[in-house]
Amino acid sequence: MRHYLVLRVIAKLLIPFMMVFALYVQFHGDYGPGGGFQAGVIAAASVVLYAIIFGLPTTRKVIPDWLVETMLAAGVLLYATVGLVGILLGGNYLDYFVLGTPPAHGQERGIFWVEMGVGITVFGVMLKIFYMFAGRGREADTE
Amino acid sequence: MIGEHLAALQVVVPLMAAPIIVLVRRGAFAWALTMVVSIASLAIALALLVQVREVGVVSYALGSWAPPWGIEYRVDIVNAFVLVLIGLLATIGGPYAWRSFAAEVPEDQHYLGYAMFCLCLAGLLGIAITGDAFNLFVFLEISSLSTYVLIALGRERRALVASYQYLIMGTIGATFYVIGVGLLFLMTGTLNLHDLATRLGDVAHARPVLAALAFVTVGISLKLALFPLHFWLPNAYAYAPSVVSAFLAGTATKVAIYVLLRFYFTVFGKSEIFDSLPTQDIFLVLSVAAMFVASAAAAYQENLKHLLAYSSLGQIGYITLGIALANQAGLTGAIVHLFNHGVTKSALFLLAGCIWFRVHSLRFADLAGLARVMPLTCAGFVVGGLSLIGVPATAGFVTKWYLVLGALETGHWWIVFLPVVSSLIAVWYVWRFVEAAYFREPGPALIGIKEAPPILLLPAYVLVALTVYFGLDTSFTVGTASRAAEVLLGGLR
Repeated sequence: MRHYLVLRVIAKLLIPFMMVFALYVQFHGDYGPGGGFQAGVIAAASVVLYAIIFGLPTTRKVIPDWLVETMLAAGVLLYATVGLVGILLGGNYLDYFVLGTPPAHGQERGIFWVEMGVGITVFGVMLKIFYMFAGRGREADTE
Repeated sequence: MIGEHLAALQVVVPLMAAPIIVLVRRGAFAWALTMVVSIASLAIALALLVQVREVGVVSYALGSWAPPWGIEYRVDIVNAFVLVLIGLLATIGGPYAWRSFAAEVPEDQHYLGYAMFCLCLAGLLGIAITGDAFNLFVFLEISSLSTYVLIALGRERRALVASYQYLIMGTIGATFYVIGVGLLFLMTGTLNLHDLATRLGDVAHARPVLAALAFVTVGISLKLALFPLHFWLPNAYAYAPSVVSAFLAGTATKVAIYVLLRFYFTVFGKSEIFDSLPTQDIFLVLSVAAMFVASAAAAYQENLKHLLAYSSLGQIGYITLGIALANQAGLTGAIVHLFNHGVTKSALFLLAGCIWFRVHSLRFADLAGLARVMPLTCAGFVVGGLSLIGVPATAGFVTKWYLVLGALETGHWWIVFLPVVSSLIAVWYVWRFVEAAYFREPGPALIGIKEAPPILLLPAYVLVALTVYFGLDTSFTVGTASRAAEVLLGGLR
């Protein structure tokens, strides 16, 4: 697809906006529809678009496999760690009330970090799935 | 400070280990961390059991949202016992996994395998510990999904098919369960198991509750491989890596049985729904079918792991028989067997893994004369086999004793004979191994074969020793199980 000038230019135009929209959905999740899962999927969709236009090998150079795998695990770890912080600050596991004063503010802060973890993991998982399907049968060309 | 958070840590510790393993990407580190996490799980489970014995019920509100609005982790003597079983088998499997994975799984997948093992452990512990019906479903999915991956790690390509079969059946089971939970939520407006129990009393005769009971029963029965719903199990156990077979055989179906107990006695216990339904008869018939048909099928298998898997189906029949009897002795038998059979069958699968490690085959034709080259492995296998039969002084005998007592209590004298007669079938299939290993001339395949390495043999022998120990000293197993049975029966109307 990289020989089609129109597709290439439009994709390059669109991808930054998709990324920004993903961030908007991520951070606006506290107040409106949205959150980590949707944001992760939108961000991953922008990378998938990039891969469709510019090819899988190029995409794998931009976001290498190790980074995808790291994100996949780091998000879960972030989520679980927020829970542990709750215990360390004297609450129960996943207790957000103790994360800030007043407690409502703590809830907001807890949700923020937890959703961040969800977003990172979903982004990683989506890309991992895409890489695995798209990479099937072409292991020999790339390595 | 740690003491009050044990219930949460029980699940969180293995759950957090999985992403850490993926981040570090080293097989040796993954193994070490899995080992630490398994031991920690066992320690936490034992500490919880001690706490529960003192105070009765440990309740933990996740996120400090008070139950029944928030998710509650609720430990009583029933699930504390199950937690100890899971922790024990994970701890025993740890040292064994090192050589087992090295021999059966490609090296670049080791760390992923250990990560899946930790997730599976977290999922199983979570199912056992949670007091929330939907949270239970989430953990069911965590443990199932990781189990599919673990089975697919097996060295033969058939492992993929077995895993896929299990994926389809397991997903149907989980879907049925969640449909049932949805219906219960519709009728009561709560997901907390304890709260469900109290609220169901008011809506006992409504048809959705009946449908919920049916969906939950079929869904859970799929996961616990009750006789006509067992088709996924034999291949899944036979083609998984040795240590995975051993761990799953001892825990996965047992946890599903715990869920069944919880739903039948705690959740639906106070509703009037059982009066109009022949649930007991249905379970009785299916248990008896499992005890005879599956055991007989075991006797005709050509592969040792297939034999063990079919024997598991028969043994699950004993447990559900105890549930069908639904009296103190019968339930005690069921819960004791849940533990004893977990220990015994794990030991046998570990020993089967030892045999594969040396012989690279588990077909009876290739095992002729095995006892001459691997005497310790075969001796351990025979002891485990005796426990499957239910010979006195093994753990299997204790169970049958209580099942027979329970059957006598119900007054149906013919049930008394069922466990006894089906034991004869167990004699038959255990004898097939004895005959092949001890009474046949060794074939050319066994030349140059040595005893299995100690790192594999030792964990298996710990479980074999426990099999005998729990047959002689029943104060821990029967003591805990009979208290658990009291708690469960106390939930009945």
